Amino acid sequence: MIGVELRLMLRRRRVWLCWILLCALPTLVAILLAATRLTPPPGSGGAFLSAVVTNGQIFPAAALALVLPVFLPITVAIVSGEAIAGEATAGTLRYLLVRPVGRLRLLTAKLISVAVYVLLAVLLVTVVSYVVGVLAFGFGPDASLGGGGGIPSLSGATLTPVDVVVRTGVTVGYLALCMLALGAIGLFFSTLTDSPLAATLGVLAVVVASAALTPLDAASAIQPYLPTTHWLAWIDLYRDPILWDSVHRGLLVEGGYVVVAFGAAWANFATKDVTS
Amino acid sequence: MIIATAGLTKRFGRVTAVDGVDLRVPEGVRFGLLGPNGSGKTTTVRMLLGLVHATSGSIEVFGEAMPRRAANVLPHVGALVEGPAAWGHLSGRANLRLLDAAGRGGRLRDRRRRVEDVLEQVGLGGVDRRPVRAYSLGMRQRLGIAAALLRGPRLLLLDEPTNGLDPRGIQEMRSLLTELNEAGTTVVLSSHLLSEVEALCTQVGIMDSGRLVLDSPLDALRTPTGRILLTTPDPASALGLLDGRVLSRVGNELVVRGDDAAELNARLVAGGVRVSGLGAERRTLEQVVLELTGPGADRVDGRPPPADDPTGPIPIPGGER
Repeated sequence: MIGVELRLMLRRRRVWLCWILLCALPTLVAILLAATRLTPPPGSGGAFLSAVVTNGQIFPAAALALVLPVFLPITVAIVSGEAIAGEATAGTLRYLLVRPVGRLRLLTAKLISVAVYVLLAVLLVTVVSYVVGVLAFGFGPDASLGGGGGIPSLSGATLTPVDVVVRTGVTVGYLALCMLALGAIGLFFSTLTDSPLAATLGVLAVVVASAALTPLDAASAIQPYLPTTHWLAWIDLYRDPILWDSVHRGLLVEGGYVVVAFGAAWANFATKDVTS
Repeated sequence: MIIATAGLTKRFGRVTAVDGVDLRVPEGVRFGLLGPNGSGKTTTVRMLLGLVHATSGSIEVFGEAMPRRAANVLPHVGALVEGPAAWGHLSGRANLRLLDAAGRGGRLRDRRRRVEDVLEQVGLGGVDRRPVRAYSLGMRQRLGIAAALLRGPRLLLLDEPTNGLDPRGIQEMRSLLTELNEAGTTVVLSSHLLSEVEALCTQVGIMDSGRLVLDSPLDALRTPTGRILLTTPDPASALGLLDGRVLSRVGNELVVRGDDAAELNARLVAGGVRVSGLGAERRTLEQVVLELTGPGADRVDGRPPPADDPTGPIPIPGGER
């Protein structure tokens, strides 16, 4: 069933469109920056954007910061909201269940396909923006920053290219988990309704609500448990030495969301009457 | 018994969709489940398949409890529930391959052949690569039946299987289902098309507002009505001869009270009346259904219907209830 699910996802035009759009935004930004050389001053604008002009290799980090707040969550909401509700609307859900595909197996396959989607999305953005960044801005000045392709970390010290690749790899994994938490929430919503649109909007409502509460002092008690709170913790991975603290907390909370949301989806779906 | 339910009941909130149904389908029959729209046919079928969970009552399919033993039962059941459905962006072949792969078992090596076999059976053997989205209603229906036939089921549960097919397609499906049935597959189909059930089924169940009001072999339903249909070129002299027994007359056709057509014929011929057509009237399935069922749930009257009881018992020789 997992194989079937992945084949189904990879043959959907919508999924490819999402990936293409995700890669298009950073590419557009790179082109504009390269053409105008007008970067936001350090400390304002998107994270890392001020640094990319001097070294294209940092552009993946800037690109991830660009798509993270809105673009990526929207596509995750679309794909995960579709999971069960989309099959229900198409009527294929009942035929899968009488094939028979066990309900837990179906849910697991759906979660895995969402996980593959987010991982590929983050990975694609990273790879495409690395290529674009290097093409647009080059490998950076060699000598002035202490050797071949050295990259300034946020703390000022210089990182080697290998270092950056490792840190970017960890970032990809971390962001994929953050998005998977959102995807699991989408999967849960998708079992509540037969309308994929309703499930997608539900996920976006969660993102917006969480983002609205984050800066609020009165919400500081629940703030560590909001899903969006930890989305930017990966920026600490580009400090030297790495500040693991917030990343660790993020891993726990986001992992918790995956487990709880998947459990809720299973609890609801296991005994649900399929009348679509 | 292939299917045996006891006191099967399903409530959706305050609405009772299925109410105390004791359905028994023996092996090897062609069973037709009839009833007006909203009488609970589809909900019953969904409960048999474990899609909807019963509020109370029990279901056994192949002698195993559903939905608890669904993993054992369902691989031997082919189903078409409320119209066919497919992934619109894929071709019919790709749909069937994925559906086949989704279920457990079934060797990978035979998949291509299994899919080609069922496509051939439903008359889609030469179908091209266009996506299901572009299929006509009839093609989708055929694809749905093909999906039900994958893995050679022992029981076919088909909801409105001829929906969207043209007369030739209906004829093809009927002979396909008869063929499969003769090879040992039990066929259960639900329909509101009486002619469909009358032409195909050997046993009939009738549902009305959630209850199973009749479960009987088809032949037992079609009893004589105690009237004889007579066609004669001399209607006036027939009227004179059979004074008092003629119930109605339209042109050359008369309806005469009586059970024995041979006796009537002898009398008419002896009286010099020419007879061009004569036969005992039999109840049609339509009459039986109309007698047993109320208005469908899609009809909404302002006033309550007249107080006579449309679901009241009528004597049916050979019927089980």
